Amino acid sequence: MKSAVVVFPGLNRDRDMLAALESIGGIPPVTVWHKETGLPDVDLVVIPGGFSYGDYLRAGAIAARSPIMQAIREKADQGTRVLGVCNGFQILTEAGLLPGVLMRNASLRFVCKTVRLKVENADTAFTRGYSAGQIIDCPVAHHDGNYFADSDTLDRVEGNGQVAFRYAEGTNPNGSLNDIAGVFNEAKNVLGLMPHPENLIEAAHGGSDGRALFAAALDQVA
Amino acid sequence: MSIPNDIQITADIVANHGLSSDEYEKIKQLIGREPNFTELGIFSAMWNEHCSYKSSKKWLKTLPTTGTRVIQGPGENAGVVDIGDGQAVVFKMESHNHPSFIEPYQGAATGVGGILRDIFTMGARPIAAMNALRFGAPDHEKTRHLVSGVVAGVGGYGNSFGVPTVGGEVEFDARYNGNILVNAFAAGLADTNAIFYSKAEGVGLPVVYLGAKTGRDGVGGATMASAEFGDDIEEKRPTVQVGDPFTEKRLLEACLELMATGAVIAIQDMGAAGLTCSAVEMGAKGGLGIELDLDKVPVREEAMTPYEMMLSESQERMLMVLSPDKEAEARAVFEKWELDFATVGRTTDDLRFRILWHGDEVANLPIRELGDEAPEYDREWVTPPAPAPLGDIPRMDVGEAVLKLLSSHRFASRRWVYEQYDTLIGGNSLQTPGGDAGVVRVAGHPTKALAFSADVTPRYCEADPFEGGKQAVAECWRNLTSTGADPLAATDNLNFGNPQRPEIMGQLVKAIEGIGEACRELEFPIVSGNVSLYNETNGRAILPTPTIGGVGLLPDHANMARIGFAAKNQPILLVGAPAAWGKHLGQSAYMKDLFERSEGAPPPVDLQHERRTGDFVRSLIRSGMASAVHDLSDGGLAIGLAEMALASGIGAEITALEGCDPVEVFFGEDQGRYLVTLSVDPQDEALDKLWQDAEEAGIFAPWIGTTGGTDLTLGAAAPLAIEDLRHSHEEWFPRFMSN
Repeated sequence: MKSAVVVFPGLNRDRDMLAALESIGGIPPVTVWHKETGLPDVDLVVIPGGFSYGDYLRAGAIAARSPIMQAIREKADQGTRVLGVCNGFQILTEAGLLPGVLMRNASLRFVCKTVRLKVENADTAFTRGYSAGQIIDCPVAHHDGNYFADSDTLDRVEGNGQVAFRYAEGTNPNGSLNDIAGVFNEAKNVLGLMPHPENLIEAAHGGSDGRALFAAALDQVA
Repeated sequence: MSIPNDIQITADIVANHGLSSDEYEKIKQLIGREPNFTELGIFSAMWNEHCSYKSSKKWLKTLPTTGTRVIQGPGENAGVVDIGDGQAVVFKMESHNHPSFIEPYQGAATGVGGILRDIFTMGARPIAAMNALRFGAPDHEKTRHLVSGVVAGVGGYGNSFGVPTVGGEVEFDARYNGNILVNAFAAGLADTNAIFYSKAEGVGLPVVYLGAKTGRDGVGGATMASAEFGDDIEEKRPTVQVGDPFTEKRLLEACLELMATGAVIAIQDMGAAGLTCSAVEMGAKGGLGIELDLDKVPVREEAMTPYEMMLSESQERMLMVLSPDKEAEARAVFEKWELDFATVGRTTDDLRFRILWHGDEVANLPIRELGDEAPEYDREWVTPPAPAPLGDIPRMDVGEAVLKLLSSHRFASRRWVYEQYDTLIGGNSLQTPGGDAGVVRVAGHPTKALAFSADVTPRYCEADPFEGGKQAVAECWRNLTSTGADPLAATDNLNFGNPQRPEIMGQLVKAIEGIGEACRELEFPIVSGNVSLYNETNGRAILPTPTIGGVGLLPDHANMARIGFAAKNQPILLVGAPAAWGKHLGQSAYMKDLFERSEGAPPPVDLQHERRTGDFVRSLIRSGMASAVHDLSDGGLAIGLAEMALASGIGAEITALEGCDPVEVFFGEDQGRYLVTLSVDPQDEALDKLWQDAEEAGIFAPWIGTTGGTDLTLGAAAPLAIEDLRHSHEEWFPRFMSN
């Protein structure tokens, strides 16, 4: 399957994401500069992590208004898979493609460590490589990962099976409501998550729990 | 408030620029007239201690700086060392001490920004960073504020820029109450055939300004960094620069993209003394003059004077000499990244540094003399006095002492600090903070990795700067070796007090002698570095702190050692031990932290033994026999064992050594020792062969105990549950910061 990685100025985990997608999918992804207005014909669009526009104003707020976002919105509406990791998640919420917002960590400090995640919904194109309730390791590295939504939105997200991952075993690193680490859109073809599965895909990373996410998104699983 | 350029220069103005009256006389001799105000500013920027190394140059020249792998030693933006396969590691360490004390977040952030710029200016993409931080006593009123700000600043800049912070040091001592130390290290990877230098070549070529706009921030920063602090410290806040990692990240990408086009002839980042220093370096190194038209410099404030523009330390700026036929291509790259690009001058053949502003020539100085003719001092120095002899050793139960030390500021876990740094970005981090060295894979190569460590034990340096200097180098070399790496080369960041005091100058001289001796003996050349003097407040100097940042190469990271015990029932060897395992308590953490006593000589380093032992340990790692390795330093054997147990959750039982004092055995800080666990059966004859090899190499490597269980049992002392050790170890930092 073909994939594209969208690059905004200030993103810095684009290289990690490109390496992960190539290593798992076998095909180097296409890189798309944020000023472009169209996307190539791909099956997966990824917005990686970093600090687009320095996180100035609000994390993801400026990037969400870049020309490429309209093309991403159209692809998402057509059912193409869209994945946002960390800053990519923040950009997708700012663009209204995912519910909720990501506030400053409750500690008010940046946090980089490995947390435990519970796979909440394993019945999607992204998560079918896991089983529901499975606990996996995954690193986080962010300053604004504190997931928040108003109570109506939260009820809807919970009721529709839109929670993808929850921080498990007391490892919530940022104060997120309901320990939410990642959410889908209603159609489940758009996923945003704060943790970095691309940094845990091989023995040299100390584990490969993140691999199944990309394998599924790239149709490398049965 | 702008000062006219033709103002009469008075003795007060000269003094306020940090220049002595002798130095001012020398300026007048050089140019044959009184300088104008802008010219005086330019001289003060070039001739301050920070830029000119005027007190240290004589001694720095004695350091070994060459080696078979060294491509570029000191004198450029960073050192360059060959790692094979057409690649090089580019690295340097630099201090940002004074700014970080005045404004901790921005001071530390711009320290990180400055060192990263030094790396990518040479054409290297940064792959690792470290930070050696030293703060005042934990109970000093400013310490928590400074820790909080500095750590957030280091993280704020490095995380946003996107470099993994894989190592460093954080220490506390009352001697840093008024002068904290922020020593930032960065390393990058470049192709050996695409290294970029600051030497300009060719007359009449465009000098191009790139990056962020120039503001009034940091005007006079380098001069401030070369002065002692007094009680007026708060007034210096405006001299601290403000960092913008977003711009720096774009500058990195734009510079690397531009370098790939072949347009760059010379490049120099604007660090200390900004436009002045970068232009003079490029011209003086290339034997060319430089003419700058300040009306073309992108500015972000109105009515800036030439003086302010020449001395601004606004961050994220670069100066380049470009190939004229590629100017349009270069401009397009910078416009893509939305960065300023302005042709601000040209190279000339007259060796003059000329500044034009509003149609007038506001400075016209001889360019070579600005750098080369900077004063160089052979400052008076005295041999530091020998430390008082070690008195009686006070007693404490070994177990109680271990728990107390682990929960002290010196040995407590630094998790609170390093979890604020992105240690994983890049996807190549193999070892992150908490071990002996940070290790990062060489992306694109199937097996190679680089190891990084920053080390110094300032209390040893205070007691004996020569031995302390040796020890800093040896410990760094040892930490790299502990991962299985071949130590390649080092960078030094020499932090001392006021060199005009003979006893401080003596510390500097002796420490450099010690560093030089160790570097020669261990074939570990110094390829870059930085000197930070005048670290004094109201006449009280910091502990002498020559930080050594080292880089090592692992040919195959499949054979890499870590500090955590790997499995139970494995023999533990103390490689490089003296007959009694440990003896030396002078200047030990046991004496200092448990009894507040700091007498005695620091542990001497036998460099030949150091080298033999390190080479032996490395061979054990490469052969696959070593399952875990940890060097012994601060705190001795007991702390080393506790750290190995904490890193894995596996305990150990250590034999009681008959007829020896357990305090000396477990807390002695004898040098050149490693703890090594083996993945062989104790009955296996491989172990006999190992001891035979060790004996032939003149190394004692006793089997001191075995891994296993959930307790750490140190000889006859009561067993310590690892959970209790963990509680002690993890508790101090969060509690300290939340108070």
